[in-house]
Amino acid sequence: MSLARRIIPCLDTDGERVVKGVNFVNLRDAGDPAALAARYNIEGADELVVLDIAASRDHRPTFLETIRRVAAELAIPLTAGGGVANVDEGRAILRAGADKLTVNTAAIRNPTLLTSLAAEFGSQAVVLAIDAKRVGNRWEAFVRGGSVPTGMDAVAWAHQGVDCGAGEILITSMDKDGTRSGFDCPLTAAISRAVSVPVIASGGADTPETFLEVFLEGRADAALAASIFHDSIQGLGALKRYLAENGVSVRQTG
Amino acid sequence: MNIALVEYGAGNLPSVERALSKLGVESRRASTPEALAGCDAMILPGVGHFGALMRSLGERSLVKPLREAVSRGTPLLGICLGLQAMFTTSDEAPGDAGLALFPQKVSALPPADRLPHMGWNQLRRARPSKLLEGVPADAYFYFAHSYAALDAGEAGVAYCDHCAPFVAVLEQGIVFATQFHPEKSGPVGAQILSNFVRQAGNKG
Repeated sequence: MSLARRIIPCLDTDGERVVKGVNFVNLRDAGDPAALAARYNIEGADELVVLDIAASRDHRPTFLETIRRVAAELAIPLTAGGGVANVDEGRAILRAGADKLTVNTAAIRNPTLLTSLAAEFGSQAVVLAIDAKRVGNRWEAFVRGGSVPTGMDAVAWAHQGVDCGAGEILITSMDKDGTRSGFDCPLTAAISRAVSVPVIASGGADTPETFLEVFLEGRADAALAASIFHDSIQGLGALKRYLAENGVSVRQTG
Repeated sequence: MNIALVEYGAGNLPSVERALSKLGVESRRASTPEALAGCDAMILPGVGHFGALMRSLGERSLVKPLREAVSRGTPLLGICLGLQAMFTTSDEAPGDAGLALFPQKVSALPPADRLPHMGWNQLRRARPSKLLEGVPADAYFYFAHSYAALDAGEAGVAYCDHCAPFVAVLEQGIVFATQFHPEKSGPVGAQILSNFVRQAGNKG
């Protein structure tokens, strides 16, 4: 008996539709979030993440409606985020039906936001999302959808974020994102060693072997992927069977 | 059947409501003593902070009506923080009294592994359980917490191990609780809710 490693499909949306791109650019339409959510709920996803990557204030009511539509399809946990800048916006996302919320740019500008969110909703509801890119011999955190460098060391920021109240880290490798060349295991392992909370690895998912690597070498507690699931390149059931056969504890559904 | 979902300003009411409605079971929200009176069964969902939950129940004058309804024999299901609220105190908020339906306390899980305990885990069954009827022995349930009851005496019917063994399912007479979230635990979670509703229907 042990805690299962989680497989998490991610719906990147423009607030309303699922979109996808490579290295955060060249976005194109990839479907209806509620329809994909319903599919993943049945196929055995352990959790779902839905992000508003546009995160424009004008579209916020649309995104909240998207969260409601997605949550209505799920009997598994839902994490949502994109542009959350204060406790009220966090509350709106949770009230719309998310169990956890992600924060990124606003937390780097003001780390006490993590503390306020944790005090209000509990650390278990606060996921610190970090977009990291290799710069020289370290990883640097980027904000605003990966467009703006912060000069901050991603590993040090993860550690500080947990001290401030984050209950989970979602680490996205910008170098790997959208490339289907495997997760960034050294980055994920460095984050995992630096923090006491669960770590979700993101960016670069491809074959079942890449998931096995990020669980073993990357020490990830969960692995997130988008297009390989949306495009049915990889089925959730087959992925979990492969992981189980290779000694990774996973929740298998039928 | 008239199932009251105890509403105290936080928590995960909509997802519990949705899970019940998928079972064909109607529920209504209860945030006042009047709304709680006359229900056939109660569900206390919970997400967040022990102190905030107990203070919020206090502000709505719901602590005494909840306890009295239980002593009258109204079945109660606590979920996650709703399980923790059934104990006397919690390490999370040492100054705040719980519902004290059980004499033990809620402890911070020791940091022997990653915390919060977040994700899907299995159960170790200790005693026969009505909530777990028809649920496969190796089923996984969704947990998200850092505090837990390490002991509930005879009421502890199933345990989970993460950082320490802790009570995952609690049953004593008409009082039921799970540390995991049945409303987030897929088909096996739905089975648990269905078992509770059936027990609640049978109690009279």
